[in-house]
Parts: sequence; C-alpha cells; structure tokens
Amino acid sequence: MTDNGVKSKVREYIMQNILLGQQVDGFTEEASFLKLGILDSTAVLEVIGFIEDTFGVKVEENDMVPENLDSLMAIDAFVVRKKRAGA
Amino acid sequence: MMIHDHLWRAAERWPERPALIAGTSRVNFAQLAQDADRLAGALAGHGVARGDRVVVFCPSGREAAIATFAVLRLGAVLVSVNAQTKSRKLQHLLQDCTPTCLVADAALQRTWLPALPATGGPRAVVVAGEAPPPAGPLPGVAALVSFADALAASRDGTALGPQPGIDQDLAAIIYTSGSTGEPKGVMLSHLNMVSALESVAQYLPLREDDVIASALSLAYSYGLYQLLHAARVGACVLLLPSFAFPKQVVADMIRENATVFPGVPTFFAALGALQSSGPLDFSRVRIVTSAAAPLAPKALADARVLFPRASFYCMYGLTECKRVTYLPPEDIDRKTGSVGRGMPNQELFLVDDEGRRLPPGSTGELVVRGTHVMRGYWNKPAETAVRLRPRPETADLALYTGDIFHMDDDGYLFFRARKDDIIKSRGEKISPREIEDVLLEHAAVLEAAVVGVPDDLLGQAIEAFVVLRPQQDIAADALIRHCRALLEPTHLPRKVQIVAELPQTTSGKIDKRALRDGTPSLRPNQRRESEAT
Repeated sequence: MTDNGVKSKVREYIMQNILLGQQVDGFTEEASFLKLGILDSTAVLEVIGFIEDTFGVKVEENDMVPENLDSLMAIDAFVVRKKRAGA
Repeated sequence: MMIHDHLWRAAERWPERPALIAGTSRVNFAQLAQDADRLAGALAGHGVARGDRVVVFCPSGREAAIATFAVLRLGAVLVSVNAQTKSRKLQHLLQDCTPTCLVADAALQRTWLPALPATGGPRAVVVAGEAPPPAGPLPGVAALVSFADALAASRDGTALGPQPGIDQDLAAIIYTSGSTGEPKGVMLSHLNMVSALESVAQYLPLREDDVIASALSLAYSYGLYQLLHAARVGACVLLLPSFAFPKQVVADMIRENATVFPGVPTFFAALGALQSSGPLDFSRVRIVTSAAAPLAPKALADARVLFPRASFYCMYGLTECKRVTYLPPEDIDRKTGSVGRGMPNQELFLVDDEGRRLPPGSTGELVVRGTHVMRGYWNKPAETAVRLRPRPETADLALYTGDIFHMDDDGYLFFRARKDDIIKSRGEKISPREIEDVLLEHAAVLEAAVVGVPDDLLGQAIEAFVVLRPQQDIAADALIRHCRALLEPTHLPRKVQIVAELPQTTSGKIDKRALRDGTPSLRPNQRRESEAT
C-alpha cells in the first residue's frame, strides 16, 4: 500500500476530534475502532463525514460496513478502491 | 424466586440449546450457567459477598452476560455501567456505590483507570476483553486478574453451592439522570425484577425457538431484560455490539434467523435509511418492540413496512419500575400515538397537583403501584421521598413518575410532557444541569442553559445556549468538543448557540420555556449543528 496519507489523516482527525489527544494503547493500523472503544455510532458518522470531505469519495449506505470503516487500514483500502472506481 | 434462577433452570431443561450469540461466540445454556458459576466462585474468592456491589463496565457481549449472571448468582448487587460513560461520571458512580469488585473491559481502560484512584479502589478488578490489560499493581486494588484467569481459577475448585438470599435483597442498581445533574441509582430487588419480567411475559408472547436480536446496552433495563426473557423461555439472544454499522446488524440478524427485534426510534430510522438502497429481508421477524422513547406515528408506519410480518408492541416504562404500559398490536391503528394501557399485575392512575385521582378523559401525572416498583434511590432518601409516596387508600408506596399523560375514556395513555426539566432524548433521561455544569467548566463560558426541543426521531433533541465571558471568543464547535470529552454521546448538545444574553423570568430565573420556544431577543453569534442519530 502506498503512503497516500489516508491513514495518518484519519488518525489525526480521530485523535484531535474524538479522542481529544488521549492516547489509546493498541491503536494500530489494523485495530478495530469499535473493539477499542474509539468510536461509537455517532462518531462513526463523523468519521464518514471527514472521509467524504477530505478524500472526495461518497460513502453510500451499502459501504457502511466494518470491513470498510472499522480500522485505519480498512479506511485506507476503502478510499483507494473508491477513488479507483471513480477514476 | 430470584431473578437469575431462570438461567440455571434453563441450563437444566435445555442444556444444549443456544443461549447467546455474540461476535464469534456461541454459548449454550449449560455453558453460560457454568461460566457464570465459575466467575461467581472467583468473585467470592476475591471477597465479594451478598449485598456487595459489583460494577460491570464492558460492552455488550459474552463476558458482560456472564458477569451479569455471576453477580446475581452470588447475591451481590449488579451495577452495569454503559460502556460509553466518561471517566469522571464513572468515578462518581464508583464513589457512590463503593463496589467490592470492578469487572471492566481492557479496551475501556482509558476511562476506568483514571477513575480508580479517587475511589480508594475496589478490592478486585477483573479485566475482560481482547485488548492488553493494564500493568499492575493498581493503587488500592488488591487483585488484578484477567476474566479468563478468573474463570480458569475456579474451574478446579469446588462448585459454588446455594447462596443465601431472599427476593427482597437488592439485585441491581441502575443509574439514571436526576434533575440535580447527579445520577441516581435505582435500587431494584429480585422481587422487583421477577415481577416486571412476569408481567411483561404475560403480554409479550416470546417462545423457546425465538432468536432475540438485541443491540441494546445491557446497562439499561431494556437491554438487560432481553437476556432475562430469553433465559425464562429458553430463547437465544443475539447480542449486537452496536448500531454503528446498521448493514452489519441486518446481515447478522438475517444470518442468525432473528425472530424478535427490540428497537428504539434511532434503530428504526437507521434501518429505514438502509432500506432505500434495497429491500431488507426481515420476513422471519415475528415480534418487534419499541420502548425507551415514543415512536412517532410516521416512524411507526415506516417500521411496520420494514418488518411486514411482525406484531408491533409499543411500550412505555421507566427504570424505576421497568415497564408500565404496552399497546396491544391489534390496537395500533385504533389508538395511534398511544403507549397503550397498563400491563398485568399493577395499578396505574393519573393524579392532579394535589394528588387526587383523576377519572379517564383527564390529563395528569402518572402514578404506578406494584411489586415491580423500585426500593428507592441508592444513598438518596430525599430524592426517593419525592418519587415514592404513600397513598391514603393503600398501604404500599406508589411511584410518582413525573410524566404527564392524557388517559382516554378506554384507559389508553398518551404522553404529554415531563413535570420537570429532564430531557428525554434517544430514550435516555438527561439532566440539563449535567450538561450546563460541563459547559460552565469551560474558561470562556459565563452562562449556559440547556433545553430539550421536540424531535421526531430523538423524542427531544438537546440544544444549548451559551453566554461568553467578556473578551472571549470561541466557536460553538469548540464547545461541543469540550462537551465530548466529558459527556456520553447521548448527552452531547446537537446545537450550541452563542448568545448575547439569556432570557429571564420575572423572578430572575433563566426562562427555559422561552429558549425552547425560540425568543426573538436572542442574538445568536454562531451555531453548529452536529449529526443527530
């Protein structure tokens, strides 16, 4: 996976706006946001809004599954896939 | 009869039958009872005795279910705390109920670890979940053990024998918001819970072949009772960790052949949104319940389309007695907007401001009598005396709900308003004071007022009005972020308006009615609306 900045931007967004600077042990690229208690259902919607605004992709109802959105790695792959499909 | 007896009876009658599906775990009744026995043994080994409080701070799942039954089995008092609770509130709850033991998920340690030092520490902490546990020792905590080790340690020990206890013993304390902003612990005895369960069971026809798909928190009674109902009839509970990914919820429900869906308005709305991208196959679902918040008539109509074969039960209750009314499915079209009539084995009536009983056709405060009515609020005799009051015509204490209803001539109830300022949003009671206190902690904030405004989906939406200190400038966004650090997602204002001044009543109090109705004198400087789901 090339470094397109998706992971770092989403991580920074979550750190600043959801975790408010609190460090979370185990917040790796593969870690599940839900399992780590990082995101709840409201915060998931905020992250989706951020992804749409920042990366110019549309997250459809059908895209809203953990495989696409529940970790930094998943979001990165999802954004790449979406961009490719839209290109 | 103790409330947890249902599980051990189920384990005897249907040992192999699935009790629980949670993530990749599938647990039958024999295993669930055995694991609960083992954890109960381990807790006893750490000094937990009859009447001691045990706080369970875990997301809904297998371990939370085991812990729930283990605590009850031991005769201890279950205090389940919603996993979204923030550190400071958790600390307050721990200080209030002084638990002997905390069962907490490792993934939530950034919340519970900072809450421990000020409490003096529970004697033992059992760490659940997959995340790495914190390094011990913890200050004031004598034992720090993993959930798996706790189960394993008592595996070879002698089986936990019968425990002393009577049905007047406390089974659970469930925290709910109070008008002072301080949470109140609702004390429920085993008798209270057994009574509520039996009354509900008389009208809700659950069966042994049901699969109940529950995305509700086990920390609140609506979610907790799904487990209890399932054990009572030998049904299975599919525990869904959250509604964050509705499509996942649908897939899980279809895969596991869910037949019962306990919902709240936000769940139905999320499923409705999903339906726009293709029909959902809920043809197996035969019972849908709606509680916690009134379902607007349009939302109910949409939900009935979503679940074409299901019988719908719209219900009303409060933590203080679990459930009060239900609307029989056959009455839905006849009594639109009603929460129904009283469930079996209780008495309900409306009273005026002087406490006099009102006839059908009137509007007044709802009062409830029955063995399901709580024992009071933990450590709060004054607040208890407001809600539980003697009646001249009966010997027991009646529950004054603080909810104003209209009762039609047939005895069906229609919700009108709260007697106090408490906001009911997403089914949760929320104290405006709690949110105002948090806003006032911000250095830039001089005055704050929080109100609930009508919202079809949420029941009420939370809106805040803030006056800034002189020479202070801060965006409404930043104030919402400030709230997010200290309040659960359900308590976050949907909108913060920065205004030049707050309207006052003639007696000099903040005029909340004017804020709710929107006064022209307000000069909003900035506003921010966040997603409401």
